[in-house]
Amino acid sequence: MRKVAIIGVGMTKFGENWEQGFREMVTEAGVKAIQDANIKGDEISAGYVGTMASGSLVGQEHAGALIADYMGLNPVPITRVEGACASGSLALRQGVMAVASGLHDVVVVGGVEKMTDLDTAAVSQILGGAGDQEWELFMGATFPGLYAFMARRHMYEYGTTEEMLASVAVKNHENGAHNPYAQFQRPITIEQVLNSKMVADPLHILDCSPITDGAAAVVLAPLDEATNFNKKPIEILASEQASGTLALHDRSNLTSIKAAKTASQRAYQKAGITPKDIDVAEVHDCFTIAEVIATEDLGFFKPGEGGKAALEGKTKIDGEVAVNTSGGLKSTGHPVGATGVKQAAEVTWQLRGEAGERQAKDVEYALTHNVGGSGATAVVHLYKRGY
Amino acid sequence: MKESISLTWRRIPERYKMIGSRCTTCGTNYFPPRGVCSKCRRKGKIEPFEFSGNGKVYSFTQIHAAPAGFEKEVPYVMAIVELDEGTRCTGQVVDAKLEDIKIGDEVEGVFRKILSDDPEGPIHYGFKFRLKK
Repeated sequence: MRKVAIIGVGMTKFGENWEQGFREMVTEAGVKAIQDANIKGDEISAGYVGTMASGSLVGQEHAGALIADYMGLNPVPITRVEGACASGSLALRQGVMAVASGLHDVVVVGGVEKMTDLDTAAVSQILGGAGDQEWELFMGATFPGLYAFMARRHMYEYGTTEEMLASVAVKNHENGAHNPYAQFQRPITIEQVLNSKMVADPLHILDCSPITDGAAAVVLAPLDEATNFNKKPIEILASEQASGTLALHDRSNLTSIKAAKTASQRAYQKAGITPKDIDVAEVHDCFTIAEVIATEDLGFFKPGEGGKAALEGKTKIDGEVAVNTSGGLKSTGHPVGATGVKQAAEVTWQLRGEAGERQAKDVEYALTHNVGGSGATAVVHLYKRGY
Repeated sequence: MKESISLTWRRIPERYKMIGSRCTTCGTNYFPPRGVCSKCRRKGKIEPFEFSGNGKVYSFTQIHAAPAGFEKEVPYVMAIVELDEGTRCTGQVVDAKLEDIKIGDEVEGVFRKILSDDPEGPIHYGFKFRLKK
């Protein structure tokens, strides 16, 4: 297998992009990544795109063909992949496998979601499809509700508090305030989170990631040839994916996402590193409790200690491990199919030392953690500089 | 997504009577029913199994922002219930406020209207839970 590197990244502003449609956003992100990679369109041999629900959200299926067409890349084959909120990382993983295997040399990977063309109730229902439609959603559960079940158990088993959860949102807004691509570029306080409207007890609206439009893209090439294109390639050390039960109620344990644990353990093993080596991690904080659980599943903190660690500032940019330097899903926004690819773009900037005011110090190893649904799909990638 | 008539009809045994399934090879009970035992796979032998609807609250929440079709019911309490026969499922808890419920509380299954998402379509029924105390 060949070693694989990211040679270019790009993304749109995340937010309520009323003036841009699905195709405009994915084209903008793709063109930026191709420019950053310093390649020509005819050097691209394949593409993969992650979008969870373009059919339901904008009525457009066949996203791969649309993108090849509007990027002016025909006849390059572009394939859509879907794994709910992990669709972006799944697309990245397809790209990694295609380059690693030798089947393709230069591959473009995109992630995109256009979510604000519908009202919130309709979007909530569509996102609900990432869970078990017949046995969770039909019964009246919502996605915040499912994560609320996890939060309640985490509180019951470990004494995690609402204040600890709120500190995750506060930290991510603090980071997002320095990210020009973020949907919410303003700090918030713990009191604001705790006093915000309840969505699914104990989760308030400020514990939840928002509804967002956006796209992100990266370009991959074999590491051996990467410096021919870009002087600062980022090596992908591991790309691991694991599955868990679709419905939350079928898990023996609600305080951990087993698929994420499995994917990360395999990734560490493959890369020959440990959680202690990670300097920067972009994790899937669709809800504040999700980041707490992620930092435990990824081995940064012991089970039950993630909330306390967040409150103590251990996950800040200057803490033990910089978690969600971009602002995470909470502050950057969560255009579901784009999120996994945006995470790869953020760690690329961090490893290159191009993250501006949110730059972490001495970044050697980075990690991305992307979760689909309530944890039925989990994808973990590990990165280091390839130059 | 509106629930189709055929989907509701297909799920009548599970949603009305809590008919799940049981693997007679390893003794694992499944609700909702599964056609393949996750533990034994091809060696498993699956047959229908009726659950009592009795169980204990494993986790709970109160939903304030409802999906389409449930807007009139907010806020409503939901729980993941550990059924006495040894598996868990998700359902609403009727006649309860958030302050009434805690982890470990005993519940029983009740038959209720779940959703009416189309004025000209069918009314969808199924199980919910009620606190025993």
